[in-house]
Amino acid sequence: MAEGGFGYGLGILKGMGVTFKHFVNTYAADIGYLLNMYSDRPGSGTKFETRQGLKARGMYTVEYPDEKLAVPERFRFVPFLIVEDYDHEERPGHDWCTSCGICAKVCPPQCIWIVRGTNPETGRPKPEPEAFFIDIDICMNCGYCAEFCPFDAIKMDHDYELASYDRTTNHIFDKQKLSKEFRYWRTIAPTTAVEEMEARGGWEHTDVIKARKKAEKAGGKAAAKSKPKAAPKAEVKPAADAAPAAPAPVAEAPVPEDDPNIDPKKARLMKKRAEMLARKEARKKNK
Amino acid sequence: MSELNLRELHNTEFPVPNDLQSNVAITSLSKIYNWSRRSSMWPLLFGLACCAIEMIATAASRYDLSRFGMEVLRGSPRQSDLMIVSGTVTKKMVVPIVRLYNQMPEPKYVLAMGACASGGGPFKEGYNVVSGIDKYVPVDVYVPGCPPTPQALLFGLIALQKKIDGQSLANFDDVPWYGVGPSEAVPVPVLGPDIIDPRQMELIRRAAEAAVEGQPIGKREAPKRQEAAAPAKQAAVAKTADSADGEAVAADGDIDPKKARLMKKREEMLARKRAREAAKKAQG
Amino acid sequence: MVDQTADAPQEQVEHLTDSEATVRYLTEKFPDVVKADEREGFEGVVIDRDHLLEVAQVIRDELGYDYLSSATAVDYLGISDHLEMVYHAYRTTGGSALNFKAQTPRENAELPSLIDVWPGVDFQEREAWDLFGIRFDGHPNLKRILMWEGFHGHPMRKDWHEAYYEQDTKPYDSRWPGGDVLRTEELNVFGKNVSYPADIDLSRLNDESEDALYSGLGLGVDIQELDEGSELKTDRLVVNLGPHHPSTHGVFRMIVTLNGETVETLEPVMGYLHRNHEKIGERNTFLHNMPFTDRLDYICSMSNNHGYALAVEQLLSRGARYQPPTYRAEVIRVLMVELTRIVNHYWAIGFLLNDLGAFFTPALYLIAEREKILDFFEATAGSRMMCNYMRFGGVFKDIPERIHSVANLMNDQVRDFNTMQYLDELINERIPRSIEELDQYLTENEIIKARTQGVGYLPPEMAVAYSAAGPLLRASGVPYDVRRADPYSIYDELDFDVAVRYNGDIYDRYLLRIDEMRESARILQQILPRLERTMGEPIFAGNKQHTPRVPVGEAYGRVENPKGELGYYVVSEGDEKGPQNPWRYHVRAPSFINLTVLGQMCKGHKVADVVAILGSIDIVLGETDR
Repeated sequence: MAEGGFGYGLGILKGMGVTFKHFVNTYAADIGYLLNMYSDRPGSGTKFETRQGLKARGMYTVEYPDEKLAVPERFRFVPFLIVEDYDHEERPGHDWCTSCGICAKVCPPQCIWIVRGTNPETGRPKPEPEAFFIDIDICMNCGYCAEFCPFDAIKMDHDYELASYDRTTNHIFDKQKLSKEFRYWRTIAPTTAVEEMEARGGWEHTDVIKARKKAEKAGGKAAAKSKPKAAPKAEVKPAADAAPAAPAPVAEAPVPEDDPNIDPKKARLMKKRAEMLARKEARKKNK
Repeated sequence: MSELNLRELHNTEFPVPNDLQSNVAITSLSKIYNWSRRSSMWPLLFGLACCAIEMIATAASRYDLSRFGMEVLRGSPRQSDLMIVSGTVTKKMVVPIVRLYNQMPEPKYVLAMGACASGGGPFKEGYNVVSGIDKYVPVDVYVPGCPPTPQALLFGLIALQKKIDGQSLANFDDVPWYGVGPSEAVPVPVLGPDIIDPRQMELIRRAAEAAVEGQPIGKREAPKRQEAAAPAKQAAVAKTADSADGEAVAADGDIDPKKARLMKKREEMLARKRAREAAKKAQG
Repeated sequence: MVDQTADAPQEQVEHLTDSEATVRYLTEKFPDVVKADEREGFEGVVIDRDHLLEVAQVIRDELGYDYLSSATAVDYLGISDHLEMVYHAYRTTGGSALNFKAQTPRENAELPSLIDVWPGVDFQEREAWDLFGIRFDGHPNLKRILMWEGFHGHPMRKDWHEAYYEQDTKPYDSRWPGGDVLRTEELNVFGKNVSYPADIDLSRLNDESEDALYSGLGLGVDIQELDEGSELKTDRLVVNLGPHHPSTHGVFRMIVTLNGETVETLEPVMGYLHRNHEKIGERNTFLHNMPFTDRLDYICSMSNNHGYALAVEQLLSRGARYQPPTYRAEVIRVLMVELTRIVNHYWAIGFLLNDLGAFFTPALYLIAEREKILDFFEATAGSRMMCNYMRFGGVFKDIPERIHSVANLMNDQVRDFNTMQYLDELINERIPRSIEELDQYLTENEIIKARTQGVGYLPPEMAVAYSAAGPLLRASGVPYDVRRADPYSIYDELDFDVAVRYNGDIYDRYLLRIDEMRESARILQQILPRLERTMGEPIFAGNKQHTPRVPVGEAYGRVENPKGELGYYVVSEGDEKGPQNPWRYHVRAPSFINLTVLGQMCKGHKVADVVAILGSIDIVLGETDR
């Protein structure tokens, strides 16, 4: 209640002290960084990590198009469909989706449309969607579809750079646009992918694993009398693939380590970046 | 973005010696005009819903809009170039939004931020929700997401900048405000029993005449299911989907005569331009 | 607690809970008028509508239920074919709710207004009129509140169908297995979300909605009448603040009549963000509503989730196979909710300062602090703002081991922290430091004091009468906090104080928010060891179901949201096997009800103070308009 008099304005001064502290802090840290400013650029993220972490005292900006704040694993943006890797031995590009329709049911704004696949010969439903649409102008990115999918076939994407000039032609994503390789999911969510793998019992689709187990059982009984249809080859692959994956402590699984001198983390990043660039290029060409 | 980079302005048609490149820039009028305009886009300080919070976060220090010359969020539409429609547009709110849009000086741009502003979003089925602001005002960039993260919004804003870069002073076909004479205001919707777009008055009248007693008008039967493959379906969607312009064309019975005249004029202009270019080519 | 109200055995009189005793008292005092609600899963009393006012007086004066928390209507079309008004009243001294109802036929629906007993019911009755078409006899200003005057029909009635109506309940059949993709616009003649009554009169299409707003404001007053003593002649001036206004925190509008610079009357106008939350909520399944609650108060999605989860869990707990959330789930919930409270108060104080004219610097500092918490939310729940984190019986996922980002796009910068370390540093260092810094930064500032002290005074009696909640109520000296008054989750084992201040002005609301942040930090510091102790325990009880069948009945789940008491009134009806979709889903939104008293608070202040007073209430339009 200081109306004039002694001490009036002290509060303001105190406040300005805080402003000044913020101002100084922002630059003080920068001066400290100045020495190794160029050494850790680009990529390893140490400076970035500190600036964007809890230790930062000043105000720091993510220089968006030049550096981007990578999103955490669980980040959810518009969903995508997992398909088998395009170089998969058994069933390249095969949908993981079995068109069971649970995602369409749990979708709160009902933005998923699925045409259930039918076998043209028998006319019975087959476990593959004929068509799959997501209207991204309705999608609320809630993640239910991914959470409740019993086949781990629909996942939330990390690519948020979707702005477009026209929504009438390209904002209803069809199956082609939604489909992404399984490999991609393992890249963007290494930990979660491993968790899911453990729950499923292998890196492949649940159906494949089930078929394999069945075959193993049958094989145990009937020895090598009659070869099961799809299983044996599928068995070969996981043996090679799962070997490093099973004991590895998450996240490290899919990384090929060619040169021991290169920091594996960095190598992984570089590889990813190269892939990204290639994909970007491809996308540009398509446009 | 932050520093003046003369190289950005170079017009490739006139080569500048290498050692002069950082001192001299030869450019076209369009290019410098676009460059200066896109580097000082002032958005309208205008938040509708959830997305507005992300918009504010984008303007705050972590993402910092001022790197794009956009930190000057103006409270008045008369001082702003860009309207970021950030959130669900309700029928009640679309009236002021159209008014605000009309009050913005040209050149003006609209960015639909988030699913709601683009196409209704999760609330689309609600009785008070407009299925996308583009039903009323033309939109330049759509940013999907619910809500788009600040980085997604920044990506949208950069996309808008790119769009501006591509505009030309000579071609007022895609940028109407470079043309002659004042452009038309978007008619302000009216809150009647439901929201009424004055552009659809004739359509409503016709529908009301054909209406069955006691039955609300508006709904129509689902179009016949097409047995075609997915791409064909997509095309159908594209064709029937309606932006504000598309609608005007679709209901061609009630095209405004003034607009028709303008369009005709524009076409003539274009034809003349093409002829001129052809002549030039023939000469060269 | 009050589950067995209806069939409480006669001999157990001394063991009656508070509410049961009240029900007994009321039914005995008014034998023909008041009846215990005997429907399965329902509680409280049903009061004959002709005597509602009389009984309400007794409830308030004799029984001491001085605080009317929520009033809402339900349309039981096809079940008992009447409209029902449901009231929840509390004592400000604590305890559980008294739930009383009044019924009216659907044709010419009419009920007495309770505005004289609890003035806080004002907006809620207007809402019931707007959305359900119940006329309240004795309400002085019964206009539409969320929709505009002239809108056709009362949209929340069960037989009223929106333009994009597809089916009564989700999931819609068209999505699967046929899946013929279609934009809903294509099913509309106008390509828009509109439908008109067949008898639409296109000849008189001026906007009636505006005219109605100005009625009753005393416009066109004779000029001499106003200023008697002086020679100056003035007239009242009507100023519209909003819906597009930088200081209305969204699309809120106030019609202010001014005498010079002084506010004479102020009428809030809302509905500019009315996105039909409740209508959509009744189409949705129970689980579908969870991400929609995120978008109510979009700054505190976690708290919204919590309230809704509590309400539905209340219903589910009547089922045979119900398992309550695990301890770890409760710990994580409280962690999230208290972090949200801090986020909200950062935001509220930052923007209060904006409204006072300290344009953006304080807000920027606080937004930067907020980002640190959002990083944790994003890593745990997947989204910065729309967390959609809680489920019935637990939470979405355990907190991750590491806050770990993965490069995916070009130029992505990766971060990787240990989550527990991050939380530890956040809760023990970062947040307390930022609160202290905020205190140092603003509290003593003479300009802030001059602008806020004594402005927007709200006396405690008025705060209670007008059903003000949260910081607004506590800054007026009423120490009412749902976390203490009616504890939920694990709040009863946590040590914290209910922050309270006594001056009831803007400055005290600001101080109270700082106090509350300190208390939240204190709670969080107690949560951390619990979080470590329960590491590895399940976060979900039972099986996660995507479309649970919910036992029939009603439930009112309420939590102390950062903005005040947030309540969800959920009715599960209409299917004997247990409905999958709520019959009624109502949100008691603190931002909405806190605005009831805005007009009173602003009276006599200068127009520049109006935005500051509004800022001190701290509203979010997503919740106000729903």
